[in-house]
Amino acid sequence: MPGLSTALIALVRRDMRLVVRHPSEVIHPVMFFVIVVALFPFGVGSDPLLLRTIGPGVIWVGALLATLLSLDALFRSDFDDGTLEQMALSGHPLTVLVLGKVFVHWCATGLPLLVVTPLLGGLLGMTGEVQLTLLGALALGTPTLSLIGAVGTALTVGIRRSGLLLTLLVLPLYVPVLIFGASVVLAAEAGLPTVGHFYILGAMMMLALALAPIATSAALRISLN
Amino acid sequence: MLKAQSITCVRGDRVLFQDLNLEVRPGDACQIQGGNGVGKTTLLRTLCGLSLPESGEIFWNDAPIHEDPGKFQSDLVYIGHSNGIKLDLTPKENLAFALTLQSRIPDVSIDEALDRVGLSGSQHLLCRVLSAGQRRRVAIARLYLSRAVLWVLDEPLGAIDAAGVQGIEKAIGTHLDQGGMAILTTHQPLRLQHAPIRAVQLDH
Repeated sequence: MPGLSTALIALVRRDMRLVVRHPSEVIHPVMFFVIVVALFPFGVGSDPLLLRTIGPGVIWVGALLATLLSLDALFRSDFDDGTLEQMALSGHPLTVLVLGKVFVHWCATGLPLLVVTPLLGGLLGMTGEVQLTLLGALALGTPTLSLIGAVGTALTVGIRRSGLLLTLLVLPLYVPVLIFGASVVLAAEAGLPTVGHFYILGAMMMLALALAPIATSAALRISLN
Repeated sequence: MLKAQSITCVRGDRVLFQDLNLEVRPGDACQIQGGNGVGKTTLLRTLCGLSLPESGEIFWNDAPIHEDPGKFQSDLVYIGHSNGIKLDLTPKENLAFALTLQSRIPDVSIDEALDRVGLSGSQHLLCRVLSAGQRRRVAIARLYLSRAVLWVLDEPLGAIDAAGVQGIEKAIGTHLDQGGMAILTTHQPLRLQHAPIRAVQLDH
């Protein structure tokens, strides 16, 4: 009997294969992220001190928006082509399958954001050590963004043109990640200890990891109803 | 045995059907009839446990399906209105994934199943380039790969040509002979060799 782990691995492989066949899903959010962050120096001027102050916030807001834009792809195509109802009827817990989908979503959007961040950090005048802190914060924060976003996406997947509603639902929930994600970088810049911030970011990720899949699978069943 | 006891389904403010009773025993085929919009698809989705009825209860082997949905759904194969296939995967990749989602290992290989639905030549093309009928055939191939007892088929013959329809009729016939059950909707006449088809009429 093919077990749950086989199904989960097959789902991850299937979604990875789909991402490879549709690389625009990876490229567009990253390009959006780069462009949004790069716009700021044009708008606020090139004062290095100012850029260093607003830099962490700008990068985090860019990451939030890029994640938000990519969320619709998480369940939309599975919902439309009927593979989601096949998963719901598979007898496997949807909670676990959802986790596999969110993992691929993070690999396709969160991970590329991390890869280009050093480039943008340099653009905003961050030093090497501060950039490492920023990368660490993004590494802990972006999975949380994907997990929280999955709940909102699952709730709105049954509604046509749900983009704006999704934004209204999800963005307020992103605020804690934004606060701690940006302030840890500012603390590093000021030479203050950053461990506490990292603990909180890690705790938020664990909480999202534990609760979001349950909420997401319940929301998907409502959307399928 | 699948039993629906006085189920009522509501869409928006409209009552689709009320106090519907239905019983499907091993070897039974049950065809849901009625015009467009009377709630055939809703009934099938409700019987699968995808939608919840407004009132009433559905039993699988005398246990309510919501008590252990996983166990019920592992006895079930559902071919819905949408094919449940990814257009950016080949038929073979689609079926390989569908196979990992089900709980029983089939006695037929994916290549054999594709051969039976007449797609052996197209197995390495992306489903995106296949015609509507060929995509439907990929979905139908899931039936051959499944050893589920209960088949729930929503318009299985849509976009399928005459030869394909014969193949599906034969498959359903064999399934019923082996003690399987089938619930389906179709607007085309369905000819099964042995088993009589019981019709359930839904009205406005």
